[in-house]
Amino acid sequence: SVRQQIIQSATPTKRICIVGAGPAGFYAAQYLLKNLSDCVVDIVEKLPVPFGLVRFGVAPDHPEVKNVINTFTKTAEHPRLRFFGNVALGTDVSLQGLRNQYHAVLLTYGSDQDRELQLENEQQSHVISARKFVAWYNGLPGADNLEPDLSGRDVTIVGQGNVAVDVARMLLSPLDALRSTDTTEYALEALSRSQVERVHLVGRRGPLQAAFTIKELREMLKLPNVQTRWRSDDFSGIANQVEQLPRPRKRLTELMLKSLNDQEKLSSSASKQFLPIFLRAPKSITEGEMEFSVTELQQDAAVPTAAIERLPANLILRSIGYKSSCADADISFDARRGHVRNREGRVLKVDASDSVDAGLYVAGWLGTGPTGVILTTMSGAFAVAKNICEDMAANALDTSTSKPGFEADDKRVVTWDGWRRINDFEIETGKAKGKPREKIVSIAEMLRVAGV
Amino acid sequence: FSLGLALRQQDVVNVTFVRANGTKIKTSGKVGDSLLDVVVNNNVDLDGFGACEGTLTCSTCHLIFKTDDFEKLPDKPGDEELDMLDLAYELTDTSRLGCQITLSKDMDGLEVQVPSTINDARAA
Ligand SMILES: Cc1cc2nc3c(=O)[nH]c(=O)nc-3n(C[C@H](O)[C@H](O)[C@H](O)COP(=O)(O)OP(=O)(O)OC[C@H]3O[C@@H](n4cnc5c(N)ncnc54)[C@H](O)[C@@H]3O)c2cc1C
Ligand code: FES
Repeated sequence: SVRQQIIQSATPTKRICIVGAGPAGFYAAQYLLKNLSDCVVDIVEKLPVPFGLVRFGVAPDHPEVKNVINTFTKTAEHPRLRFFGNVALGTDVSLQGLRNQYHAVLLTYGSDQDRELQLENEQQSHVISARKFVAWYNGLPGADNLEPDLSGRDVTIVGQGNVAVDVARMLLSPLDALRSTDTTEYALEALSRSQVERVHLVGRRGPLQAAFTIKELREMLKLPNVQTRWRSDDFSGIANQVEQLPRPRKRLTELMLKSLNDQEKLSSSASKQFLPIFLRAPKSITEGEMEFSVTELQQDAAVPTAAIERLPANLILRSIGYKSSCADADISFDARRGHVRNREGRVLKVDASDSVDAGLYVAGWLGTGPTGVILTTMSGAFAVAKNICEDMAANALDTSTSKPGFEADDKRVVTWDGWRRINDFEIETGKAKGKPREKIVSIAEMLRVAGV
Repeated sequence: FSLGLALRQQDVVNVTFVRANGTKIKTSGKVGDSLLDVVVNNNVDLDGFGACEGTLTCSTCHLIFKTDDFEKLPDKPGDEELDMLDLAYELTDTSRLGCQITLSKDMDGLEVQVPSTINDARAA
């Protein structure tokens, strides 16, 4: 077999372990397999299923974005790659253990926590994170019992990034548009009973700092039966700044201004509203309402004034960003910024000496912080993989002794064949409902279908 | 048969991709192919190119044209293409998304620049 040949050859095969099967992990693997002919790559993944946020983050009504899965699948089926699903760093394997088994370890386990507002009452049941809401409609194991209360008219989303817009769109989209997506069945059922009519999308800063991108906004503006309403006060003085802006910001601002202008001319019969609100900083949470400080911009920073505005909020969705967790105590982790301390993907030593821990790398959201689309993650992962190749060529890490790699003695490991069985099953179950797939949500069920 | 072959020859459009480091990849496609088709059908070695498979949701197929060639392109970019281009690295005034460009006979000999996305070390 390939594996035996590799073990028998004279110079030891370079063994690389990637922790996390999201875009960063797959793109790094793709690059390493192509550029290091004498390497083998193992991917260990916490869940029994691969693809990270492409499966559990990207909105179900954006199936095109998920086409990257085809490339990831090709990488996974490369003869020098092995996939070990249902294996978590920190619980099933330790970092030290992996480092003994591999020449290099690349951490790409992403960001699975959320930032908090640090307000009183934030733990109340009508305040949930956008991350959890996304996980709920996308079927992340453990997120199915969220039971978001959709019985009120107003949802207030704190934050204006693309995740916030995804969530707003999921809440406002006509249900029929979602039925043919892979939105989980229980979420479709809950959304079919939703009474939500208005979604407020609140940001601390002004229209020129808006964090959503133009594609996501254009999609909102085209949503059937939904009217977007801007506040003209938010846009005072904006129009005369447009010309100086760089192209992407300019086009986004022009689209907002055009939409604002149209709303004053056209009457709308839409029954639902999308309400972007700028210059408001979260202040306090009460039953049915959320209080915001009116802010002023000073050098692009939002500074709260004494003025206050209350917005109706039967449900509050906090969407102010993800952060990573420290999966293993041996990782040099910046708890404040929520990412692994690194220089160009080379992880620093735990001892705060600022020197590089040879053989340990990080890529994706875990290294850069939770911003950037798949393109950003891809180019970052390629860059880190390139550094791994260069470090190996320069003997910056020891590859002279042979390493055993991961030993899957535990029979509950899901191999790529196991994932294929899950995949086939999901697609088959989805067919009956006219959906691309019906995701299995329970880990026990995933393992059963995978046959382990 | 020979007529068919002649026609097929006429359908061939030669395209050169120029990498950021200056190396040239000479290849060809047929009239009606997109520049993404050319990359895929010829296994042109461009890491990550065409991630969304031509569905205008990724901008990994970003290519930079020479001004003359850019101006001769028959279809101007639509809003959706411009929206995705706004996210591309190294955006220029003559940037287009390769999946949206359809080859015609008069494009024979086209030379396009591939941005250096992968050298963009963002892992800070
Ligand atoms: C809601 C949402 C919507 C998005 N929509 C888009 C979009 O439309 N288009 C776009 O281009 N980008 C989108 N993005 C961004 C895109 O998802 C990210 O750029 C990308 O997924 C980051 O990749 P990653 O590999 O760093 O992390 P992830 O995708 O999070 O992958 C990390 C992997 O590691 C695994 N893992 C976690 N802990 C452990 C552990 N202890 N041991 C082993 N494995 C572990 C996880 O299960 C996961 O599979 C979206 C992001 C979010 C949050
Ligand atoms: S291939 Fe994704 S936008 Fe062209």
